Amino acid sequence: MKKLAKQLIFYSALIGFWALLAKLHIWPPYLFPPPWGVGHALWDGFADHSFWIGIAVTMKRMLIGYSLSVVLGMILGLAVSSSKFLEETLGGLLVSLQSLPSICWIPLAVLWFGLTEKAILFVVLMGSLLSVTIAMEDGRKQMPKIYGMAGRNLGASGFRLFWSVLLPASLPFIVNGMKQGWAFAWRSLIQAEMIFLSLGLGQLLMMGRDLSDMSQVMAVMILIVILGYLVDGLIFRTMERRLQEKYGLTPA
Amino acid sequence: MSTSPQNMYPSAVPPVPRTGVRPHVLHGKPAASVTTLPIRPVAEVVVPKVALDEISLSYKTTSGERLLALDNISLEVTPGEFLCIVGPSGCGKSTLLHLIAGLHPQTSGKVLVDGTPVSGPGTDRILIFQELGLFPWLTVGGNVEFGMKMKNVPKAEREEKVQYYLRLVHLSKFRDSYIHQLSGGMRQRVALARALATEPDVLLMDEPFAALDAQTRDLLHDELERLWAETGRTIIFVTHNVREAVRLADRVALLTFRPGRVKQEFSVTLPRPRHMEQTDVARTARDILDCLRDEINKSLEAEYADEKRQ
Repeated sequence: MKKLAKQLIFYSALIGFWALLAKLHIWPPYLFPPPWGVGHALWDGFADHSFWIGIAVTMKRMLIGYSLSVVLGMILGLAVSSSKFLEETLGGLLVSLQSLPSICWIPLAVLWFGLTEKAILFVVLMGSLLSVTIAMEDGRKQMPKIYGMAGRNLGASGFRLFWSVLLPASLPFIVNGMKQGWAFAWRSLIQAEMIFLSLGLGQLLMMGRDLSDMSQVMAVMILIVILGYLVDGLIFRTMERRLQEKYGLTPA
Repeated sequence: MSTSPQNMYPSAVPPVPRTGVRPHVLHGKPAASVTTLPIRPVAEVVVPKVALDEISLSYKTTSGERLLALDNISLEVTPGEFLCIVGPSGCGKSTLLHLIAGLHPQTSGKVLVDGTPVSGPGTDRILIFQELGLFPWLTVGGNVEFGMKMKNVPKAEREEKVQYYLRLVHLSKFRDSYIHQLSGGMRQRVALARALATEPDVLLMDEPFAALDAQTRDLLHDELERLWAETGRTIIFVTHNVREAVRLADRVALLTFRPGRVKQEFSVTLPRPRHMEQTDVARTARDILDCLRDEINKSLEAEYADEKRQ
Protein backbone atom coordinates (compact mmCIF):
# COMPACT_ATOMS: atom_id res chain seq x y z
CA MET A 1 0.00 0.00 0.00
CA LYS A 2 2.85 2.30 0.88
CA LYS A 3 4.46 1.67 -2.49
CA LEU A 4 1.21 2.53 -4.25
CA ALA A 5 0.94 5.80 -2.34
CA LYS A 6 4.49 6.76 -3.32
CA GLN A 7 3.75 5.99 -6.95
CA LEU A 8 0.53 7.99 -6.82
CA ILE A 9 2.35 11.03 -5.44
CA PHE A 10 5.15 10.67 -7.96
CA TYR A 11 2.86 10.51 -10.99
CA SER A 12 0.65 13.34 -9.72
CA ALA A 13 3.74 15.49 -9.29
CA LEU A 14 5.00 14.55 -12.75
CA ILE A 15 1.69 15.46 -14.40
CA GLY A 16 1.50 18.61 -12.28
CA PHE A 17 4.95 19.68 -13.46
CA TRP A 18 3.99 18.93 -17.04
CA ALA A 19 0.80 21.01 -16.67
CA LEU A 20 2.81 23.85 -15.16
CA LEU A 21 5.30 23.84 -18.04
CA ALA A 22 2.43 23.84 -20.55
CA LYS A 23 0.71 26.73 -18.71
CA LEU A 24 3.89 28.81 -18.87
CA HIS A 25 3.59 28.73 -22.70
CA ILE A 26 7.35 28.47 -23.26
CA TRP A 27 6.59 26.38 -26.33
CA PRO A 28 3.44 26.63 -28.47
CA PRO A 29 0.78 24.02 -27.56
CA TYR A 30 1.06 22.22 -30.93
CA LEU A 31 4.68 21.40 -30.03
CA PHE A 32 4.19 20.84 -26.31
CA PRO A 33 0.61 19.82 -25.59
CA PRO A 34 -0.74 20.08 -22.05
CA PRO A 35 -1.82 16.92 -20.16
CA TRP A 36 -5.50 17.68 -20.71
CA GLY A 37 -4.85 17.95 -24.47
CA VAL A 38 -3.35 14.48 -24.45
CA GLY A 39 -6.25 13.30 -22.27
CA HIS A 40 -8.65 14.65 -24.88
CA ALA A 41 -6.78 12.90 -27.66
CA LEU A 42 -6.97 9.62 -25.72
CA TRP A 43 -10.71 10.10 -25.16
CA ASP A 44 -11.35 10.94 -28.82
CA GLY A 45 -9.23 8.08 -30.02
CA PHE A 46 -11.22 5.56 -28.01
CA ALA A 47 -14.53 7.31 -28.79
CA ASP A 48 -14.08 7.06 -32.57
CA HIS A 49 -12.79 3.45 -32.18
CA SER A 50 -9.52 4.21 -33.97
CA PHE A 51 -7.49 3.34 -30.84
CA TRP A 52 -9.47 0.16 -30.22
CA ILE A 53 -8.86 -0.93 -33.80
CA GLY A 54 -5.19 0.03 -33.54
CA ILE A 55 -4.75 -1.98 -30.35
CA ALA A 56 -6.57 -4.99 -31.80
CA VAL A 57 -4.53 -4.95 -35.02
CA THR A 58 -1.24 -4.51 -33.18
CA MET A 59 -1.96 -7.19 -30.60
CA LYS A 60 -3.02 -9.67 -33.27
CA ARG A 61 0.26 -9.16 -35.13
CA MET A 62 2.12 -9.43 -31.87
CA LEU A 63 0.49 -12.74 -31.06
CA ILE A 64 1.23 -14.25 -34.46
CA GLY A 65 4.77 -12.89 -34.82
CA TYR A 66 5.75 -13.57 -31.25
CA SER A 67 4.35 -17.11 -31.16
CA LEU A 68 6.26 -17.88 -34.34
CA SER A 69 9.49 -16.55 -32.94
CA VAL A 70 9.09 -18.40 -29.64
CA VAL A 71 8.47 -21.73 -31.34
CA LEU A 72 11.24 -21.28 -33.90
CA GLY A 73 13.59 -19.78 -31.33
CA MET A 74 13.16 -22.72 -28.98
CA ILE A 75 13.82 -25.23 -31.73
CA LEU A 76 16.85 -23.27 -32.91
CA GLY A 77 18.14 -22.77 -29.39
CA LEU A 78 17.82 -26.47 -28.60
CA ALA A 79 19.58 -27.38 -31.82
CA VAL A 80 22.43 -24.94 -31.27
CA SER A 81 22.93 -25.97 -27.65
CA SER A 82 22.94 -29.69 -28.36
CA SER A 83 25.46 -29.70 -31.21
CA LYS A 84 29.02 -28.58 -30.78
CA PHE A 85 29.29 -27.95 -34.52
CA LEU A 86 26.18 -25.76 -34.68
CA GLU A 87 27.26 -23.89 -31.58
CA GLU A 88 30.63 -22.98 -33.04
CA THR A 89 29.20 -21.96 -36.43
CA LEU A 90 25.56 -20.88 -36.29
CA GLY A 91 25.86 -19.82 -32.62
CA GLY A 92 28.42 -17.15 -33.43
CA LEU A 93 26.39 -15.88 -36.38
CA LEU A 94 23.28 -15.55 -34.23
CA VAL A 95 25.09 -13.51 -31.58
CA SER A 96 26.53 -11.14 -34.17
CA LEU A 97 23.17 -10.77 -35.94
CA GLN A 98 21.66 -9.89 -32.60
CA SER A 99 23.52 -6.56 -32.75
CA LEU A 100 21.47 -5.61 -35.82
CA PRO A 101 18.48 -3.38 -34.92
CA SER A 102 15.36 -5.02 -36.28
CA ILE A 103 14.47 -1.90 -38.26
CA CYS A 104 17.40 -2.74 -40.55
CA TRP A 105 15.37 -5.68 -41.86
CA ILE A 106 12.62 -3.39 -43.18
CA PRO A 107 14.13 -2.68 -46.62
CA LEU A 108 14.59 -6.40 -47.25
CA ALA A 109 11.16 -7.19 -45.89
CA VAL A 110 9.52 -4.65 -48.21
CA LEU A 111 11.42 -5.91 -51.24
CA TRP A 112 10.67 -9.57 -50.51
CA PHE A 113 7.08 -9.36 -49.30
CA GLY A 114 5.85 -5.92 -50.47
CA LEU A 115 3.87 -3.66 -48.17
CA THR A 116 2.01 -6.58 -46.66
CA GLU A 117 1.21 -8.19 -43.35
CA LYS A 118 3.92 -10.77 -44.08
CA ALA A 119 6.60 -8.09 -44.21
CA ILE A 120 5.62 -6.82 -40.76
CA LEU A 121 5.62 -10.32 -39.31
CA PHE A 122 9.02 -10.91 -40.87
CA VAL A 123 10.46 -7.85 -39.11
CA VAL A 124 8.93 -8.92 -35.79
CA LEU A 125 10.28 -12.42 -36.24
CA MET A 126 13.79 -11.23 -37.04
CA GLY A 127 13.65 -8.83 -34.10
CA SER A 128 12.80 -11.37 -31.45
CA LEU A 129 13.80 -14.76 -32.83
CA LEU A 130 17.48 -14.29 -32.03
CA SER A 131 16.98 -13.21 -28.46
CA VAL A 132 14.72 -16.20 -27.78
CA THR A 133 17.26 -18.51 -29.41
CA ILE A 134 20.18 -17.10 -27.45
CA ALA A 135 18.26 -17.17 -24.17
CA MET A 136 17.29 -20.82 -24.78
CA GLU A 137 20.86 -21.74 -25.58
CA ASP A 138 22.18 -19.98 -22.48
CA GLY A 139 19.48 -21.63 -20.39
CA ARG A 140 20.48 -25.09 -21.53
CA LYS A 141 24.09 -24.29 -20.65
CA GLN A 142 23.38 -22.70 -17.29
CA MET A 143 21.05 -25.44 -16.14
CA PRO A 144 22.81 -27.30 -13.33
CA LYS A 145 24.15 -30.63 -14.62
CA ILE A 146 23.13 -32.34 -11.39
CA TYR A 147 19.47 -32.58 -12.42
CA GLY A 148 20.26 -34.55 -15.55
CA MET A 149 22.52 -36.88 -13.57
CA ALA A 150 19.96 -37.30 -10.79
CA GLY A 151 17.29 -38.07 -13.39
CA ARG A 152 19.41 -40.71 -15.09
CA ASN A 153 20.34 -42.12 -11.72
CA LEU A 154 16.66 -42.58 -10.88
CA GLY A 155 16.00 -44.43 -14.10
CA ALA A 156 14.92 -41.68 -16.52
CA SER A 157 16.23 -41.75 -20.07
CA GLY A 158 15.44 -40.52 -23.57
CA PHE A 159 12.23 -38.56 -23.99
CA ARG A 160 11.16 -39.02 -20.38
CA LEU A 161 14.44 -37.58 -19.16
CA PHE A 162 13.87 -34.56 -21.40
CA TRP A 163 10.20 -34.14 -20.50
CA SER A 164 10.34 -34.81 -16.75
CA VAL A 165 13.76 -33.43 -15.88
CA LEU A 166 15.58 -31.33 -18.47
CA LEU A 167 12.54 -29.30 -19.53
CA PRO A 168 11.32 -28.36 -16.02
CA ALA A 169 14.92 -27.76 -14.93
CA SER A 170 15.36 -25.17 -17.67
CA LEU A 171 11.91 -23.59 -17.30
CA PRO A 172 13.17 -20.47 -15.49
CA PHE A 173 15.57 -19.85 -18.36
CA ILE A 174 12.89 -20.50 -20.95
CA VAL A 175 10.54 -17.97 -19.33
CA ASN A 176 13.36 -15.47 -19.20
CA GLY A 177 13.97 -16.02 -22.91
CA MET A 178 10.29 -15.61 -23.68
CA LYS A 179 10.24 -12.36 -21.75
CA GLN A 180 13.22 -10.98 -23.60
CA GLY A 181 11.72 -12.12 -26.88
CA TRP A 182 8.49 -10.29 -26.06
CA ALA A 183 10.33 -7.02 -25.37
CA PHE A 184 12.21 -7.23 -28.65
CA ALA A 185 9.12 -8.26 -30.62
CA TRP A 186 7.12 -5.35 -29.19
CA ARG A 187 9.74 -2.78 -30.20
CA SER A 188 10.20 -4.29 -33.64
CA LEU A 189 6.49 -4.33 -34.33
CA ILE A 190 5.91 -0.68 -33.39
CA GLN A 191 8.90 0.33 -35.51
CA ALA A 192 7.65 -1.64 -38.48
CA GLU A 193 4.14 -0.25 -38.11
CA MET A 194 5.46 3.29 -38.16
CA ILE A 195 6.80 2.77 -41.65
CA PHE A 196 3.95 0.81 -43.21
CA LEU A 197 0.38 1.89 -43.80
CA SER A 198 -0.80 -0.66 -41.38
CA LEU A 199 -3.71 0.38 -39.10
CA GLY A 200 -1.68 -0.48 -35.99
CA LEU A 201 -0.59 1.72 -33.11
CA GLY A 202 2.63 2.63 -34.92
CA GLN A 203 0.68 4.04 -37.80
CA LEU A 204 -1.63 5.99 -35.47
CA LEU A 205 1.47 7.58 -34.02
CA MET A 206 2.79 8.53 -37.46
CA MET A 207 -0.65 9.85 -38.39
CA GLY A 208 -0.36 12.22 -35.43
CA ARG A 209 2.95 13.41 -36.77
CA ASP A 210 1.59 13.92 -40.28
CA LEU A 211 -1.26 16.03 -38.88
CA SER A 212 1.13 17.88 -36.58
CA ASP A 213 -1.06 16.65 -33.73
CA MET A 214 1.39 16.16 -30.88
CA SER A 215 -1.48 15.37 -28.51
CA GLN A 216 -2.26 12.29 -30.57
CA VAL A 217 1.41 11.33 -30.81
CA MET A 218 1.79 11.47 -27.07
CA ALA A 219 -1.52 9.70 -26.48
CA VAL A 220 -0.36 6.79 -28.64
CA MET A 221 3.04 6.79 -26.95
CA ILE A 222 1.31 6.48 -23.60
CA LEU A 223 -0.83 3.63 -24.95
CA ILE A 224 2.27 1.80 -26.21
CA VAL A 225 3.97 2.17 -22.84
CA ILE A 226 0.91 1.00 -20.92
CA LEU A 227 0.32 -2.02 -23.14
CA GLY A 228 3.99 -2.98 -23.07
CA TYR A 229 4.09 -2.63 -19.31
CA LEU A 230 0.89 -4.60 -18.80
CA VAL A 231 2.20 -7.60 -20.66
CA ASP A 232 5.77 -7.42 -19.39
CA GLY A 233 5.06 -6.28 -15.87
CA LEU A 234 1.93 -8.25 -15.16
CA ILE A 235 2.14 -11.44 -17.20
CA PHE A 236 5.86 -12.15 -17.46
CA ARG A 237 7.01 -10.78 -14.12
CA THR A 238 4.25 -12.71 -12.35
CA MET A 239 5.23 -15.89 -14.15
CA GLU A 240 8.87 -15.28 -13.32
CA ARG A 241 8.17 -14.53 -9.69
CA ARG A 242 6.00 -17.60 -9.23
CA LEU A 243 8.67 -19.80 -10.80
CA GLN A 244 11.44 -18.29 -8.72
CA GLU A 245 9.43 -18.80 -5.57
CA LYS A 246 8.64 -22.39 -6.42
CA TYR A 247 12.21 -23.18 -7.45
CA GLY A 248 13.54 -21.42 -4.36
CA LEU A 249 15.67 -19.02 -6.40
CA THR A 250 14.67 -16.07 -4.23
CA PRO A 251 14.17 -16.05 -0.49
CA ALA A 252 10.43 -16.61 -0.26
CA MET B 1 5.49 -24.05 8.77
CA SER B 2 4.25 -24.84 12.23
CA THR B 3 6.63 -27.63 13.18
CA SER B 4 10.31 -26.86 13.52
CA PRO B 5 12.67 -29.38 11.94
CA GLN B 6 14.04 -30.47 15.30
CA ASN B 7 10.63 -31.64 16.48
CA MET B 8 10.44 -34.04 13.60
CA TYR B 9 13.10 -36.32 14.96
CA PRO B 10 12.23 -39.21 17.24
CA SER B 11 13.31 -38.56 20.79
CA ALA B 12 15.20 -41.83 20.98
CA VAL B 13 16.38 -44.22 18.32
CA PRO B 14 16.07 -47.87 19.23
CA PRO B 15 19.44 -49.62 19.51
CA VAL B 16 20.48 -51.68 16.55
CA PRO B 17 21.64 -55.17 17.50
CA ARG B 18 24.36 -55.87 15.03
CA THR B 19 27.14 -57.49 16.98
CA GLY B 20 28.27 -61.05 17.15
CA VAL B 21 28.51 -61.96 13.50
CA ARG B 22 31.25 -59.46 12.75
CA PRO B 23 34.96 -60.27 12.57
CA HIS B 24 37.39 -59.12 15.22
CA VAL B 25 38.94 -55.71 15.11
CA LEU B 26 41.87 -55.58 12.80
CA HIS B 27 43.66 -52.36 12.18
CA GLY B 28 46.30 -51.49 9.66
CA LYS B 29 46.22 -54.69 7.64
CA PRO B 30 47.02 -54.25 3.96
CA ALA B 31 44.11 -54.68 1.55
CA ALA B 32 45.21 -58.02 0.19
CA SER B 33 45.39 -59.71 3.56
CA VAL B 34 42.03 -58.36 4.64
CA THR B 35 40.18 -59.94 1.76
CA THR B 36 41.85 -63.30 2.33
CA LEU B 37 41.25 -63.39 6.07
CA PRO B 38 38.87 -66.32 6.65
CA ILE B 39 36.98 -64.70 9.53
CA ARG B 40 33.73 -64.36 7.61
CA PRO B 41 32.72 -67.84 6.51
CA VAL B 42 29.38 -66.65 5.06
CA ALA B 43 30.94 -63.86 3.05
CA GLU B 44 33.35 -66.32 1.45
CA VAL B 45 30.53 -68.20 -0.26
CA VAL B 46 28.20 -65.33 -1.15
CA VAL B 47 28.70 -63.52 -4.46
CA PRO B 48 29.72 -59.96 -3.60
CA LYS B 49 26.90 -57.46 -4.02
CA VAL B 50 29.27 -55.01 -5.66
CA ALA B 51 32.71 -55.89 -6.93
CA LEU B 52 35.18 -53.44 -8.41
CA ASP B 53 37.59 -55.31 -10.63
CA GLU B 54 40.78 -53.37 -11.36
CA ILE B 55 39.03 -50.09 -12.07
CA SER B 56 41.11 -47.31 -13.59
CA LEU B 57 40.04 -43.92 -14.79
CA SER B 58 42.08 -41.32 -16.60
CA TYR B 59 41.00 -38.16 -18.36
CA LYS B 60 42.43 -35.27 -20.32
CA THR B 61 42.81 -32.02 -18.40
CA THR B 62 42.15 -28.67 -20.05
CA SER B 63 45.90 -28.23 -20.58
CA GLY B 64 45.93 -31.46 -22.56
CA GLU B 65 47.76 -33.66 -20.06
CA ARG B 66 46.43 -37.09 -19.22
CA LEU B 67 45.59 -37.40 -15.58
CA LEU B 68 45.22 -40.73 -13.85
CA ALA B 69 42.41 -40.27 -11.32
CA LEU B 70 41.78 -43.84 -10.19
CA ASP B 71 44.43 -46.52 -10.39
CA ASN B 72 43.60 -50.18 -10.41
CA ILE B 73 40.98 -50.23 -7.69
CA SER B 74 39.63 -53.58 -6.57
CA LEU B 75 37.05 -53.78 -3.81
CA GLU B 76 34.34 -56.21 -2.85
CA VAL B 77 31.23 -55.38 -0.88
CA THR B 78 29.16 -58.18 0.60
CA PRO B 79 25.34 -57.99 0.62
CA GLY B 80 24.09 -55.90 3.52
CA GLU B 81 27.50 -54.49 4.28
CA PHE B 82 28.14 -50.86 5.21
CA LEU B 83 31.36 -49.79 3.52
CA CYS B 84 32.87 -46.35 3.99
CA ILE B 85 35.39 -45.00 1.52
CA VAL B 86 37.70 -42.41 3.06
CA GLY B 87 40.34 -40.29 1.39
CA PRO B 88 41.73 -36.78 1.09
CA SER B 89 39.94 -34.32 -1.18
CA GLY B 90 40.89 -34.94 -4.78
CA CYS B 91 41.44 -38.68 -4.41
CA GLY B 92 38.56 -39.51 -6.72
CA LYS B 93 36.26 -41.06 -4.15
CA SER B 94 33.19 -39.27 -5.51
CA THR B 95 34.17 -40.27 -9.01
CA LEU B 96 34.33 -43.87 -7.90
CA LEU B 97 30.70 -43.68 -6.76
CA HIS B 98 29.69 -42.18 -10.11
CA LEU B 99 31.34 -45.14 -11.83
CA ILE B 100 29.46 -47.62 -9.65
CA ALA B 101 26.23 -45.71 -10.37
CA GLY B 102 27.00 -46.07 -14.08
CA LEU B 103 26.90 -42.32 -14.70
CA HIS B 104 30.40 -42.29 -16.18
CA PRO B 105 32.32 -45.04 -17.94
CA GLN B 106 35.64 -46.12 -16.46
CA THR B 107 38.76 -46.25 -18.61
CA SER B 108 39.45 -49.87 -17.78
CA GLY B 109 38.27 -52.56 -15.39
CA LYS B 110 34.79 -53.69 -14.49
CA VAL B 111 32.06 -52.84 -12.03
CA LEU B 112 30.10 -55.98 -11.15
CA VAL B 113 26.77 -56.06 -9.36
CA ASP B 114 25.76 -59.58 -8.32
CA GLY B 115 28.48 -60.77 -10.65
CA THR B 116 27.07 -58.99 -13.71
CA PRO B 117 29.01 -56.12 -15.31
CA VAL B 118 27.38 -52.68 -15.12
CA SER B 119 26.96 -50.77 -18.38
CA GLY B 120 24.92 -47.75 -17.34
CA PRO B 121 22.65 -46.31 -14.66
CA GLY B 122 20.27 -48.76 -13.04
CA THR B 123 17.75 -48.48 -10.25
CA ASP B 124 19.41 -51.36 -8.41
CA ARG B 125 22.07 -48.79 -7.41
CA ILE B 126 20.94 -45.34 -6.37
CA LEU B 127 23.39 -42.56 -5.73
CA ILE B 128 22.68 -39.78 -3.25
CA PHE B 129 24.68 -36.86 -4.58
CA GLN B 130 26.66 -34.53 -2.40
CA GLU B 131 24.52 -31.66 -3.75
CA LEU B 132 21.46 -33.96 -3.47
CA GLY B 133 20.00 -32.89 -6.83
CA LEU B 134 16.45 -32.83 -5.51
CA PHE B 135 14.03 -31.49 -8.10
CA PRO B 136 12.79 -28.04 -7.04
CA TRP B 137 9.79 -28.16 -9.40
CA LEU B 138 8.37 -31.19 -7.58
CA THR B 139 6.97 -31.43 -4.07
CA VAL B 140 8.61 -33.65 -1.48
CA GLY B 141 6.12 -36.38 -2.40
CA GLY B 142 6.79 -35.82 -6.11
CA ASN B 143 10.51 -36.22 -5.57
CA VAL B 144 10.09 -39.46 -3.66
CA GLU B 145 7.69 -40.74 -6.31
CA PHE B 146 9.94 -39.87 -9.25
CA GLY B 147 12.03 -43.04 -9.47
CA MET B 148 8.93 -45.25 -9.18
CA LYS B 149 7.23 -43.27 -11.95
CA MET B 150 10.21 -43.92 -14.21
CA LYS B 151 9.90 -47.61 -13.37
CA ASN B 152 6.18 -47.49 -14.31
CA VAL B 153 5.04 -48.57 -10.86
CA PRO B 154 1.20 -48.34 -10.75
CA LYS B 155 -0.21 -45.21 -9.11
CA ALA B 156 -1.82 -46.87 -6.10
CA GLU B 157 1.40 -48.62 -5.20
CA ARG B 158 3.38 -45.41 -5.65
CA GLU B 159 1.05 -43.57 -3.29
CA GLU B 160 1.47 -46.23 -0.67
CA LYS B 161 5.24 -46.30 -0.95
CA VAL B 162 5.60 -42.52 -0.89
CA GLN B 163 3.70 -42.55 2.38
CA TYR B 164 5.73 -45.42 3.73
CA TYR B 165 9.13 -43.93 2.94
CA LEU B 166 8.19 -40.44 4.08
CA ARG B 167 7.11 -41.92 7.39
CA LEU B 168 10.39 -43.79 7.55
CA VAL B 169 12.36 -40.53 7.36
CA HIS B 170 9.82 -38.66 9.53
CA LEU B 171 8.63 -36.27 6.83
CA SER B 172 5.00 -37.34 6.37
CA LYS B 173 3.77 -33.85 7.19
CA PHE B 174 5.91 -32.29 4.50
CA ARG B 175 4.67 -34.31 1.58
CA ASP B 176 3.25 -31.26 -0.22
CA SER B 177 6.08 -28.86 0.62
CA TYR B 178 8.59 -27.72 -1.94
CA ILE B 179 12.27 -28.41 -1.46
CA HIS B 180 13.32 -24.82 -0.79
CA GLN B 181 10.93 -24.71 2.15
CA LEU B 182 12.88 -27.40 4.00
CA SER B 183 15.95 -27.20 6.21
CA GLY B 184 19.23 -28.83 5.22
CA GLY B 185 18.68 -31.90 7.37
CA MET B 186 15.17 -32.36 6.02
CA ARG B 187 16.43 -32.14 2.44
CA GLN B 188 18.93 -34.86 3.24
CA ARG B 189 16.11 -37.07 4.43
CA VAL B 190 14.06 -36.34 1.30
CA ALA B 191 17.06 -37.43 -0.77
CA LEU B 192 17.30 -40.56 1.35
CA ALA B 193 13.60 -41.32 0.94
CA ARG B 194 13.79 -40.66 -2.81
CA ALA B 195 16.67 -43.09 -3.11
CA LEU B 196 15.06 -45.75 -0.90
CA ALA B 197 11.70 -45.53 -2.70
CA THR B 198 13.15 -47.02 -5.88
CA GLU B 199 14.12 -49.93 -3.63
CA PRO B 200 17.72 -50.27 -4.72
CA ASP B 201 19.88 -53.11 -3.46
CA VAL B 202 22.80 -50.74 -3.15
CA LEU B 203 22.74 -47.24 -1.75
CA LEU B 204 25.63 -45.03 -2.81
CA MET B 205 26.14 -41.95 -0.65
CA ASP B 206 28.54 -39.16 -1.56
CA GLU B 207 29.47 -37.11 1.54
CA PRO B 208 25.78 -36.62 2.22
CA PHE B 209 26.17 -35.04 5.64
CA ALA B 210 29.22 -32.86 5.00
CA ALA B 211 27.30 -29.59 4.89
CA LEU B 212 25.22 -30.18 8.02
CA ASP B 213 25.70 -28.95 11.57
CA ALA B 214 26.93 -31.51 14.10
CA GLN B 215 23.59 -32.08 15.87
CA THR B 216 21.65 -32.68 12.67
CA ARG B 217 24.39 -34.94 11.40
CA ASP B 218 24.36 -37.04 14.55
CA LEU B 219 20.60 -37.50 14.29
CA LEU B 220 20.88 -38.48 10.64
CA HIS B 221 23.60 -40.99 11.49
CA ASP B 222 21.19 -42.63 13.92
CA GLU B 223 18.43 -42.62 11.33
CA LEU B 224 20.64 -43.98 8.59
CA GLU B 225 21.81 -46.79 10.85
CA ARG B 226 18.21 -47.60 11.73
CA LEU B 227 17.15 -47.59 8.06
CA TRP B 228 20.09 -49.77 7.16
CA ALA B 229 19.12 -52.26 9.85
CA GLU B 230 15.45 -52.20 8.85
CA THR B 231 15.90 -52.46 5.09
CA GLY B 232 19.04 -54.59 4.87
CA ARG B 233 20.50 -52.53 2.04
CA THR B 234 24.13 -52.56 1.04
CA ILE B 235 25.60 -49.10 1.56
CA ILE B 236 28.73 -47.57 0.09
CA PHE B 237 29.33 -44.28 1.82
CA VAL B 238 32.00 -41.78 0.83
CA THR B 239 33.33 -39.27 3.34
CA HIS B 240 36.47 -37.37 4.22
CA ASN B 241 35.52 -37.51 7.91
CA VAL B 242 37.24 -40.55 9.42
CA ARG B 243 35.23 -40.44 12.62
CA GLU B 244 32.01 -40.46 10.66
CA ALA B 245 33.30 -43.49 8.76
CA VAL B 246 34.10 -45.34 12.00
CA ARG B 247 30.73 -44.31 13.43
CA LEU B 248 28.87 -45.91 10.54
CA ALA B 249 30.88 -48.55 8.76
CA ASP B 250 31.46 -52.28 8.99
CA ARG B 251 34.58 -51.67 6.96
CA VAL B 252 36.55 -48.59 5.98
CA ALA B 253 38.56 -48.45 2.76
CA LEU B 254 41.26 -45.83 2.60
CA LEU B 255 42.11 -44.24 -0.76
CA THR B 256 45.42 -42.58 -1.61
CA PHE B 257 45.74 -39.12 -3.09
CA ARG B 258 45.98 -38.84 -6.90
CA PRO B 259 45.92 -41.34 -8.35
CA GLY B 260 43.35 -42.94 -6.08
CA ARG B 261 44.37 -46.42 -4.99
CA VAL B 262 43.12 -48.55 -2.12
CA LYS B 263 45.81 -47.98 0.46
CA GLN B 264 44.36 -50.08 3.23
CA GLU B 265 41.15 -51.54 4.59
CA PHE B 266 40.01 -51.56 8.18
CA SER B 267 37.29 -53.68 9.72
CA VAL B 268 35.29 -51.89 12.38
CA THR B 269 33.63 -54.23 14.84
CA LEU B 270 32.79 -51.84 17.63
CA PRO B 271 29.31 -52.67 18.94
CA ARG B 272 26.40 -50.66 17.55
CA PRO B 273 24.91 -48.20 18.04
CA ARG B 274 28.04 -46.11 18.16
CA HIS B 275 28.47 -42.44 18.72
CA MET B 276 30.90 -39.98 17.20
CA GLU B 277 32.13 -38.88 20.63
CA GLN B 278 32.79 -42.39 21.97
CA THR B 279 36.41 -42.97 23.01
CA ASP B 280 36.81 -46.26 21.14
CA VAL B 281 35.39 -44.64 18.01
CA ALA B 282 37.91 -41.84 18.44
CA ARG B 283 40.74 -44.31 19.01
CA THR B 284 39.93 -46.36 15.92
CA ALA B 285 39.59 -43.13 13.92
CA ARG B 286 43.05 -42.10 15.15
CA ASP B 287 44.61 -45.30 13.82
CA ILE B 288 43.03 -44.75 10.43
CA LEU B 289 43.89 -41.07 10.46
CA ASP B 290 47.57 -41.88 11.09
CA CYS B 291 47.51 -43.91 7.94
CA LEU B 292 45.65 -41.17 6.08
CA ARG B 293 47.90 -38.31 7.20
CA ASP B 294 50.52 -38.85 4.48
CA GLU B 295 47.80 -38.66 1.86
CA ILE B 296 46.30 -35.51 3.31
CA ASN B 297 49.74 -33.90 3.30
CA LYS B 298 50.24 -34.87 -0.32
CA SER B 299 46.87 -33.37 -1.19
CA LEU B 300 47.71 -30.12 0.61
CA GLU B 301 51.13 -29.93 -1.02
CA ALA B 302 49.54 -30.34 -4.43
CA GLU B 303 47.10 -27.54 -3.66
CA TYR B 304 49.87 -25.18 -2.54
CA ALA B 305 51.92 -26.04 -5.61
CA ASP B 306 48.94 -25.15 -7.79
CA GLU B 307 48.68 -21.82 -6.03
CA LYS B 308 52.36 -21.03 -6.51
CA ARG B 309 52.14 -21.78 -10.19
CA GLN B 310 49.36 -19.24 -10.69
